[in-house]
Amino acid sequence: MYLIKGMPIRLLQGRTNELQTHLNADDQSKNGFWNTGKTFGPREGEEEKKILFYHPCEVEKNEKIRNVGLCEAIVQFTRTFCPTKPAKSLHTQKNRQFFHEPEESFWMVMVVRNPMIEKPNKDGKPPTIEYQEDEILDSVYGAVLQQCYSMYKLFNGTFIRTFEAGGVELLIQKLEKFFYRYIQTLHLQSCDLLDVFGGLSFFPLDKMTYLKIQSFVNRVEESLSLVKYTAFLYNDQLIWSGLEQDDMRILYKYLTTSLFPRHTEPELAGRDSPLRPEVTGNLLHYGRFLTGPANLKDPETKFRFPKIFVNTEDSYEELHLIVYKAMSAAVCFMINASVELTREFCEQLDALVGPQLTLLASDICEQYNINKRISGPEKEPQFKFIYFNHMNLAEKSTIHMRKTASVSLTSVHPDLIKILGDINSDFARVDADEEIIVKAMTDYWVVGKKSDQRELYVILNQKNANLIEVNDEVKRLCAAVQ
Amino acid sequence: MSEDYYLELSENPVQFENASGVNNVFFDEANKQVFAVRSGGATGVVVKGPEDKNSIAFRMDDKGEIKCIKFSLGNKILAVQRTPKTVDFMSFIPDFPHVEFSHECKTKNSSVLGFCWTSWNEIVFITDQGIEFYQVLPEKRSLKLLKSQSINVNWYVYCPETAVLVLSTTVQGNILQPFAFKSGTISKMPKFEIELPVSPKPAKLILSERDISVASIYGQLYVMYLKHHTRGTNSSGAEVVLYQLFREGSCKKAHVLKLNTSGKFALNVVDNLVVVHHQSSRTSMIFDIKLKEQDGAVNIHQPVLPAQSIHPYKISVTGPVAARGHAAVPCELYSSTWSVFQPDIIISASEGYLWYLHVKLYPTVNLLQDKGKLMDFLLHRSDCKMVILSVCSQILTGGEKGNLPVVATVFDKLNQVYKEYLEAEQAYTQAMESGPSRLSNSYKKPVRTQAVIDQSDMYTHVFSAFTEKKDVSHKFIISILMEYIRSLNQFQITVQHYFYELVIKTLVQHNLFYMLHQFLQYHVLSDSKPLACLLLSLESTYPPAHQLSLDMLKRLSTANDEIVEVLLSKQQVLGALRFVRSVGGHDNVSARKFLDAARQTNDTMLFFTIFRFFEQRNFRLRGNPAFNPGEHCEEHVSYFKEVFGEQTLMKLPAV
Repeated sequence: MYLIKGMPIRLLQGRTNELQTHLNADDQSKNGFWNTGKTFGPREGEEEKKILFYHPCEVEKNEKIRNVGLCEAIVQFTRTFCPTKPAKSLHTQKNRQFFHEPEESFWMVMVVRNPMIEKPNKDGKPPTIEYQEDEILDSVYGAVLQQCYSMYKLFNGTFIRTFEAGGVELLIQKLEKFFYRYIQTLHLQSCDLLDVFGGLSFFPLDKMTYLKIQSFVNRVEESLSLVKYTAFLYNDQLIWSGLEQDDMRILYKYLTTSLFPRHTEPELAGRDSPLRPEVTGNLLHYGRFLTGPANLKDPETKFRFPKIFVNTEDSYEELHLIVYKAMSAAVCFMINASVELTREFCEQLDALVGPQLTLLASDICEQYNINKRISGPEKEPQFKFIYFNHMNLAEKSTIHMRKTASVSLTSVHPDLIKILGDINSDFARVDADEEIIVKAMTDYWVVGKKSDQRELYVILNQKNANLIEVNDEVKRLCAAVQ
Repeated sequence: MSEDYYLELSENPVQFENASGVNNVFFDEANKQVFAVRSGGATGVVVKGPEDKNSIAFRMDDKGEIKCIKFSLGNKILAVQRTPKTVDFMSFIPDFPHVEFSHECKTKNSSVLGFCWTSWNEIVFITDQGIEFYQVLPEKRSLKLLKSQSINVNWYVYCPETAVLVLSTTVQGNILQPFAFKSGTISKMPKFEIELPVSPKPAKLILSERDISVASIYGQLYVMYLKHHTRGTNSSGAEVVLYQLFREGSCKKAHVLKLNTSGKFALNVVDNLVVVHHQSSRTSMIFDIKLKEQDGAVNIHQPVLPAQSIHPYKISVTGPVAARGHAAVPCELYSSTWSVFQPDIIISASEGYLWYLHVKLYPTVNLLQDKGKLMDFLLHRSDCKMVILSVCSQILTGGEKGNLPVVATVFDKLNQVYKEYLEAEQAYTQAMESGPSRLSNSYKKPVRTQAVIDQSDMYTHVFSAFTEKKDVSHKFIISILMEYIRSLNQFQITVQHYFYELVIKTLVQHNLFYMLHQFLQYHVLSDSKPLACLLLSLESTYPPAHQLSLDMLKRLSTANDEIVEVLLSKQQVLGALRFVRSVGGHDNVSARKFLDAARQTNDTMLFFTIFRFFEQRNFRLRGNPAFNPGEHCEEHVSYFKEVFGEQTLMKLPAV
């Protein structure tokens, strides 16, 4: 039994390029915040005070108030239909607005302009602009907005805590400081299904090496009793997280899209080579701090680390985030923020972790190569896929190239990526297991499968394949994966 | 301090009449018997040992001063040497006439230095000109010469366990010639030279028999040479040099034990440890040649533990200290009247005691701070299991910082031994299966020593108590368990599922579900049905456990029935049916079971689908869509008719 959802295939020259340019333009994507809290601002004439953050900030005050008022009205109005599930987005001809209430009475709104096509007119008339209202997926940008909040919360804690601690002034100040930079890194044009999942890429590893890593983490946590949580990554993929899943999810996002690329790009450019081994005692090692002190030997160096907030639902912990890396292995050590971290501590950590981690990194590398050799030479497969496991948030994609700080590269046509997003939205509607097969343009078939809390999307490119053949192919693929 | 004594004398010594003017005492190393000979035997000979219980008493005529007296193995024949040329024999064979006869050594002008029994009726005479190997024929009252060897002999040392005789030859006495005896044959082993610290001029006998002993350590034969400290040389003190003997091939200088002091010494070998007693300081030290100090041709060893006296010993006026109420006087340890015999015997002839020397393991635990070395030491001891397990418990609850690496080392050492045993056992089983008759000689069933500490030992004696402890953080408990699992994996030992259950229990108690999830993800907790069932039971507290359990059952591929049951219990009737079909079992499953489950969902469309599926199955298998009476589906058929009408039932296609 299959549910087949046909996709009308529209081939429009240059359409995707336009999508990028339009979303790129800063003035066309806006982020707004306002607060409908009972504590301040509800009075007539003081609406402006509701707005905690508005981007772009140069928008005229009345327009800000008008826009925010409209959103507020929509949310309030739709609430009467379903009090438990307020409106998530508003579709208009030119824009799409996304609403998110991450904390009670705090609302975040993101407005994304629909891509448009300019159709040249004859006779010198101005070109007709046609907005493409169906191009933007609610699930993708809704997730992006939620991610914005999660990232803010990771580094600043919740709105309400900040508000309680320093009033609205502190909150505004923090929001501006964070979002001013963060919005510039959003790259809305390259958001896709992976943003919906917000998954973790796990490094495939044999049991023995994994146990060695366990042992290493336990030993370090035992000797450096200040360390409260540890996370271990290799090749930008997660191996171990002492943090809870949701916290790890956003920390992982930060590490892989911001911190690591920031450090690898200078390396790739040949500057600041990290492959100068440090000598601690008589042990050679390649360990170094990615956060905090850049050079332990520099007497001027500061021992300040970024602070993060985790477990905000219950224990609400503020932690120092130490990221330490040796070759391809990176470890995050999280330490209670009330402790002041000294030079002595950092030196101790460097001396303890550096040599062990260097050894472990080469062990992992060796094991990884052995496993790769066993599985045989990598062939260019006939298909590409995205896999996501809802239980452990594991995701795997052969569609996406390695993400860099600036852009995420995909190896397939954006139309196909969008089909994946559409299938995912269909899956989200029902709880049951489902399977969807779509015939896309030219020879492409897109298959989505959802079962046992997992989702698998496959893009096949087989000449003249029919539905049965495609179905068999995907079955074979699933059997091979198991 | 009393807990520091790691050597002790046996509680129940063999007691005999002490040596005096009228009572001569002899000791036979082969049978470990003490002979108390009163008045040359005329007023009685009492033979005791090796346990105090069995003693033999008899009389014999006093025919002169006895030089040497020994029973053959099994106390069959008694040999007594009274003159330099002859040995007298008396038979003690039950139901055999008592005979006495005498034999003179065959070589002219030679004198008998002594004799050794090598079996119940084979004896070797050692003369100053060689050895003569005889078979004793009591019924013929004579000896039959089996073999003889001519060689100048200064003195000899015999090791009864290995039946190896070592002769001292040449003027200085430092060329040793070993012989091995085995059922009527002599094999001459390669001779070797003991390196003397000085060579006097003119040459004279310098190597004394007191400085040489032969013992078997870890199943290898060694000649132990006590090399005294010589003034003027740079050596820091006396040494014991161990020469390893091989049946074939030349002898090798294998180990040097550094005594770091000088004076009078005596050697014992107890539980494969070399014990060196030092008389002037009244202390003993122990050496373990398996504890490697450094690589190289010769291993140099330092004492394992600081030198320490033997545990003080009290003898009651009436007898050995059995009842403590009796007046007991301390026994003088390291007395000059003590004689020390291999391997582990100490005799005080003046007091009439024979003790066995024992090594106590519990005191070593606190004396050896390096736990890795301690484990190496303990693992080689015979009675080590409970001590090792208590050391494990101790280091786990010690609560010292930086303990994990120590714990890891200890686990690795234990599992190394465990793995070696498992491999030997496996090899043995395979050999037995492939050809029991042919290979049975080369493959001995591996002996399980106490050093083999398996998972159930660790679980029962260490982990079950440790994980219950309230004052230990759960984080530490989990790290320890993971470390043990890591160690087992490192040695490729299959982990028993109760360890996984212990891990899961601990994680669940502290709500560390995400940690558990990650362990499962990397298959650290190996798949098994019990584990899957445990996960299933966790569903109410951690919903993803349900799927994790199903995944595990699926990977096992032997649990298809369980998967169907789990799915049906969750009312996932279609899922269950799809699964059955995917594994090809849909022709055999009970239709009733699925229909029951479908009815329970109150979903009529689902019921219809399932019902139709089985009608089609019936048709395919039997050519008729109706259910067989044996399937007990009547109830469901009538329900189907009631809901969907009789005409909806699948009909036989018209022919």
